[in-house]
Amino acid sequence: MTADILLDMRQITKAFPGVKALDRVDLKVRRGEIHAICGENGAGKSTLMKVLSGVYPAGSFDGEIVYDGQPAHFRHIADSEHRGIIIIHQELALVPQLSIAENIFLGNERGRRGVVDWRETNHRTEQLLAKVGLKEPPTRLVDRIGVGKQQLVEIAKALSKDVKLLILDEPTAALQETDSRKLLDLMLELKAQGVTCILISHKLGEVRYVADTVTVIRDGTTVSTLDAKAGISENEIVRDMVGRDMTHRFPQHERRPGAVLMEVEDWTVWHPERAERKVIKGANFNVRAGEVVGIAGLMGSGRTELAMSIFGRSWGRDISGTVKLKGQPVDVSTVQRAIAAGISYVTEDRKSLGLVLDETIRFNTTLANLEGVSSRGVLKRNEETRVAERYREALATRTPTVFQKVVNLSGGNQQKVVLAKWLFTAPEVLILDEPTRGIDVGAKYEIYTIVNELAAQGKGVVMISSEMPELLGMCDRIYVMSEGALVGELTAAEASQERIMSLIVND
Amino acid sequence: MALAEGVNKAGGTGSAKGIGAYLASHLREYGLLLALIVVMIFFQIVTDGTLLKAVNVTNLLLQNSYIVIMALGMLIVIVAGHIDLSVGSVMGFIGALAAVMMVNHGYSMPVTIVVCLVVGGVIGAAQGYWVAYWKIPSFIVTLAGMLVFRGLSLWLLEGQSVGPFPREFQVIANGFVPDVFPAGFGAALAGFFEVRQVNVLALAAGVVTAAAIVWMGLTQRARNRAYGIDDEPFAFFVARNAIVAAALVFITYKLSTFRGLPNVLITMGVLTVIYAFITANTVIGRRIYALGGNQKAAKLSGINTERLTFLAFTNMGVLAAAAGLVFAARLNTATPKAGFALELDVIAAVFIGGASMSGGVGTIIGAVVGAFLMGVLNNGMSIMGIGIDYQQMIKGLVLLAAVIFDVYNKNKG
Ligand SMILES: Nc1ncnc2c1ncn2[C@@H]1O[C@H](COP(=O)(O)OP(=O)(O)OP(=O)(O)O)[C@@H](O)[C@H]1O
Ligand SMILES: [Mg+2]
Repeated sequence: MTADILLDMRQITKAFPGVKALDRVDLKVRRGEIHAICGENGAGKSTLMKVLSGVYPAGSFDGEIVYDGQPAHFRHIADSEHRGIIIIHQELALVPQLSIAENIFLGNERGRRGVVDWRETNHRTEQLLAKVGLKEPPTRLVDRIGVGKQQLVEIAKALSKDVKLLILDEPTAALQETDSRKLLDLMLELKAQGVTCILISHKLGEVRYVADTVTVIRDGTTVSTLDAKAGISENEIVRDMVGRDMTHRFPQHERRPGAVLMEVEDWTVWHPERAERKVIKGANFNVRAGEVVGIAGLMGSGRTELAMSIFGRSWGRDISGTVKLKGQPVDVSTVQRAIAAGISYVTEDRKSLGLVLDETIRFNTTLANLEGVSSRGVLKRNEETRVAERYREALATRTPTVFQKVVNLSGGNQQKVVLAKWLFTAPEVLILDEPTRGIDVGAKYEIYTIVNELAAQGKGVVMISSEMPELLGMCDRIYVMSEGALVGELTAAEASQERIMSLIVND
Repeated sequence: MALAEGVNKAGGTGSAKGIGAYLASHLREYGLLLALIVVMIFFQIVTDGTLLKAVNVTNLLLQNSYIVIMALGMLIVIVAGHIDLSVGSVMGFIGALAAVMMVNHGYSMPVTIVVCLVVGGVIGAAQGYWVAYWKIPSFIVTLAGMLVFRGLSLWLLEGQSVGPFPREFQVIANGFVPDVFPAGFGAALAGFFEVRQVNVLALAAGVVTAAAIVWMGLTQRARNRAYGIDDEPFAFFVARNAIVAAALVFITYKLSTFRGLPNVLITMGVLTVIYAFITANTVIGRRIYALGGNQKAAKLSGINTERLTFLAFTNMGVLAAAAGLVFAARLNTATPKAGFALELDVIAAVFIGGASMSGGVGTIIGAVVGAFLMGVLNNGMSIMGIGIDYQQMIKGLVLLAAVIFDVYNKNKG
């Protein structure tokens, strides 16, 4: 092999109670390359990076790490940061109430004797922001900028620390396509400046775009290391990931939508804090029985707000408009009532809104329908376990048992638990908000299959997604949302990426 | 396909897992039980056997009954993610109310008890209302409550002690359940054990309860086995049940050689069983854990989080009132200082029992054992004649140690 190996992880093995997350994984990263790691949910990608960065300290795993020519024994994250390894986790670690500059130099403040030198801090921040191509004043609060920009701030923060090896764990999962592209181009630029990158992503298009080398991990072992410079097809990666050929990304379906199931009329919602802001502006839409309807739009266009305000007024104030199910107006003023009426909402923010992380899979699966596993207020434990098992099997959730705490599951498997919870409420209309965020191709296919099954049973599905291929591949109709208004409606036959984008832009 | 592989892999490592790993993940529960035993043995030795004398065991139960009763409610409040600092004051206030009603105004006992429990519920509801529907931090609301009800007790009693209570009321705290078995039975057993007397009912109750606990443990174990939950190694199961059963029989035996089962033990036992059942096996219990574990997710799952919080505080108020009645009956007077700083003992018991400050974690049994651990410490140190100054310091350090142990365990896991 070439002499210039920056990082060499050999035979890494890491076990948790009941699960062997990594089983003799090898990873070699060359200096100055962009190295992608692909693998199914729960394959062990994040765990491998946590081993590398010292989140799991030396001694808590087996195997050897050689970094920059020397054996590495990191006991804390600080140890690895000191050597220039910076990891950006999928969940952003910025403090929303602090400014961009304050965040960048958090824990690394510029100044002397405990007094911050603001001139220097802001000046350095400006330089760093210019490097990552972000045009925001250093004093702007982080919660006032979008997720895409926040991601860039994270990178600026990494650059402030003299980074040699930058690790990005699913950096684009929550990003808009344009923002993703910006971030990928920045990675290429950093590479030109000599920074080595490790990228974990389920978006294979991105992997193809930036990666020099791809390592595929399956079930905690290295399956293959592919040279991507010569050109590599998504199918090759997928085959190694799932261990078989996957010719279709979307399951076959044939749908015959029936009568209108749910209608939303003149739905208007105001911002909960800023009273002058109308967030949803008189939206009208409907879903037929047996139909999958998509809602496309940019981040911040109000799609989540629309869904959450319908689902028990969980967002916003001064909500007006009507929701009809099968022609009858229904009361959706509380979550209980919305569920009782037959509406369920799968949140996009599974960690803070979807799951009780410290509880088990079983606990979370039945939480929204405890009546279904109890009689006269007393839980039937066996029945509950059976239900959890049933959904574990149906969704192929990877876990030793349903008594595993969900915090210990990989991101994609957590998503399946959230989905199981709402499927168990047996909804008439299921609203899915970014249902495949952070989910691998195989699991996506499984989720699409479930959506198709629901439609085949005559249920209505509303799918909010930022991944246009997903909307195009799955939906019978697509509404386009822009700045709080539904600006267009396309049938499956009419819809294309370009038409959707032009509707958004023209508005 | 993929699923089967995942399961097999996990199953393989799972069954190979040793006793050490099991112990590591359940250190907390065993640790608490072990701590109680160690503390008891220690005091039994340094007090020359006074700790476990029949009269002292009886005393221990009577002394701690009101703490245990309040700990049941406090556990729920803490699991729901809140705290109640007012319980000591509320308890004192209710004692005062009972005294004024019965001693000064001659109301009958049943009327007084009902009124007191209702007033306790109303007090809890009033505090819960602000916490649940106005989102005012429970720390503030109940801190205010603590001051208000301390003041109200003083006002109600006009700064005096009021008592004594009628006999029938004292019996709540100081009475014993009469033996229902024929006297000859007890005499025979007394002869056998070579003691002065044996209350057969007490002993029988202990044996039956111990048997029930073992039986429930066995069925639970069989069920776990059926679903392949990581099972307690058999040796552990036997040891734990043997210790618990032996301790129960031993304690009831001690009680039976003195005056039998105290009435409060029955109250306490029944309440503990009810609350343990509610928290572990009912829909409402499940929802409380969800509320404390992640309030937003609970709300979006259709749980009426406000009403649940409101109910948790209302329940706490009723239990604080019950404790107030027991306390007043035990002292046979109501004093303006009754219940002073007791809330701290109650809260400490719950945290020693393994509850988490951030909510969503904790068990009724843990809280009860925590209360008795504190109780044995108090009692043992008092017998040894250790000053109140040292007692306070030691209790504080025990609380700190328990919580540090929790945090350490969590970080390691
Ligand atoms: N703290 C933990 N305790 C127990 N099991 C764990 C823990 N952390 C991870 N695991 C398990 O280890 C395996 C690998 O998890 P990891 O998070 O590395 O997956 P991943 O490849 O990053 O998946 P995803 O694409 O879904 O993020 C999973 O089966 C997961 O359940
Ligand atoms: Mg991951």
